[in-house]
Amino acid sequence: MMGKDGKVIVMGQSAEQPEAMFGTIYPAYKRFSHKRFFEMPLSEAGITGWGTGAALSGLKPVMTHHRDDFLLLALDQMANHAAKWSYIHRNPVNWTIRAIIGRGWGQGPQHSQSLQAIFAHFPGLKVVMPATPCDAKGLLISAILDPNPVIVIEHRRLYDTIGNVPAGFYKVPLGKAKVVRKGSDLTMVAISEMLLEAGIAAKVLHNVEIEVEIIDPRTIQPLDKNTILKSVEKTGRLIICDTGCKDFGVSAEIAASVAEDAFGYLKSPIKRIGLPFGPTPASYQLENYYYPGVADIIKAVAEILPKDQAGKLRNLTASEAEMSKFIGIF
Amino acid sequence: MRLNSKKNLIWMYKTMVKIRLFENEISRRWPEQEMRSPPHMCTGQEAIAVGVCASLRAVDQVIGYYRGHGYYLAKGGDPKALMAELYCKQTGSNGGKGGSMLISSPKVGYLGSSAIVAGGIPIATGLAFGNQIQNFKKVVVCFLGDAATEEGVFYESLNFAALKKLPIIYVCENNGYAVTTHIKFRRANPEKISEIPKAFGIPAYKIDGNDVEEVYRITGKAVNLALNGGGPTFIEGVTYRWYLHVGNKLDSTTGLRTQKELETWMKKDPIKRFEKQLLKNKALTLKDITDIKVRIDKLVADAFTYAKASSLPARGELLTNIYA
Repeated sequence: MMGKDGKVIVMGQSAEQPEAMFGTIYPAYKRFSHKRFFEMPLSEAGITGWGTGAALSGLKPVMTHHRDDFLLLALDQMANHAAKWSYIHRNPVNWTIRAIIGRGWGQGPQHSQSLQAIFAHFPGLKVVMPATPCDAKGLLISAILDPNPVIVIEHRRLYDTIGNVPAGFYKVPLGKAKVVRKGSDLTMVAISEMLLEAGIAAKVLHNVEIEVEIIDPRTIQPLDKNTILKSVEKTGRLIICDTGCKDFGVSAEIAASVAEDAFGYLKSPIKRIGLPFGPTPASYQLENYYYPGVADIIKAVAEILPKDQAGKLRNLTASEAEMSKFIGIF
Repeated sequence: MRLNSKKNLIWMYKTMVKIRLFENEISRRWPEQEMRSPPHMCTGQEAIAVGVCASLRAVDQVIGYYRGHGYYLAKGGDPKALMAELYCKQTGSNGGKGGSMLISSPKVGYLGSSAIVAGGIPIATGLAFGNQIQNFKKVVVCFLGDAATEEGVFYESLNFAALKKLPIIYVCENNGYAVTTHIKFRRANPEKISEIPKAFGIPAYKIDGNDVEEVYRITGKAVNLALNGGGPTFIEGVTYRWYLHVGNKLDSTTGLRTQKELETWMKKDPIKRFEKQLLKNKALTLKDITDIKVRIDKLVADAFTYAKASSLPARGELLTNIYA
């Protein structure tokens, strides 16, 4: 992307260091150097304002943050300024922010938040959450090219995943969800890292002839509601799996939309899987209770399926290869 | 704290050794993968935590940040509870909720810390403001790193503290780095951090942060100023952290800082330097030094034993203390 467009610059802490953003910017830094990569002081609000100004000067800044928690320091510049600049001053602000959701190893309350719902709430901002390596590249390219302020939220756990990434330049469109797996029994919308859990749950359910349709929204704002609605019209049942808190989050938006626009198609209540309403504990023991996984998804599935199908879940056994955390919950 | 001279010197020595031996043991046992939260070691920077806390009374209050094991111990926090927190146990100083970055001990006046750079600065400032309004004769110390002076709230808080003549001491541990980035890449006029508070009329001192007696002396001046209604002081202690930003490796192993730089600073070890001084002044003998080390080794071992034997938090703890 930086090779194609000389206006793209990177601004962030450790922007010139190998380990920044889990090593995702160093290869580009080695190629383009400090002429395009700019180490930043610890000034999130300042950085965001500087990025907005640089965007108005004609550049396309990509601002990197090691945790989305730090974006709360930048929120005034993001929401009060960049988000509204096009509306007020008729001049769009072309920047991209990359931030990471932390998880595990005692990251704790201030390094583990999943804040997509907050950013999605501001008209003028776009929010993207890639869940696969292929989408991570394609969505980032689209985000940089998009003339609006776009926040790309990457999940720490997804950095370790392996997938097919086409070489060269390609775009994955913003605002377009992907049906990752076709199925007829229920619709599962899985956001970011929850796509991994959903995939495992679907395999387990497939073993008892329950077929899940998995949708990866990929973009949170603007949300591809049509793809979700079409799926619910087909299956009549919906479970939403989000990385953020269940309360007052993205899953609430999706559930409300479906209830408004596809009520007649619903055969059972909508279920939401998300974090409990509490800060992330540091202790790994409490982390185990905090983060929902495959078992929680399957429990939710059992609650919305008709009796005869739900009954099949009672005798569920799991093969080690297919299950990561599932321990048999019935 | 504020003990008579000799007792105070010995206290400072013992406390620096305590911090050093705890950090050493945490580092040594880190590969066992049982302390599962990111440890930000203060090894090399002990003189600042200790020199400052030696000047405080029990009633005075401290706000720290994520490199906080030293502040916690120097203010009088229970080492057993510290280790239990690092081991993520229920008996930890913060019930296993905070981890290494967010330890505190309100009962000894170490009120809190933040894992967000500069997050604690306005909070410490407000604490001093509240103390002033209620006429509490307490001093607040706010510890911060050099990178925290790049955040906006630092300037906002300095202004407010100066305006209101708040009884607060800002102690900046300038170790020259923010993670791996040297200050010269982040700050205009990197040698002049302590000139900034002066623009607000706040007395500011740039001192050798590895000279525990100097830290103690300057903090003492600041405490007196604060208690006499003279307002805030800013102290910049120049020092160096031996370890990586987080974890148990020495930075030079990753090639991001040079071995030469590390060795130069290790030669300026604040503990060795103070030890030499105390021996010279006959405040301590070699036998005393050995005895102290033996006793602290036991303290460390007991704390680890306690932590390992403690239980992990129960499921019911997950959503406690979210609201009062």
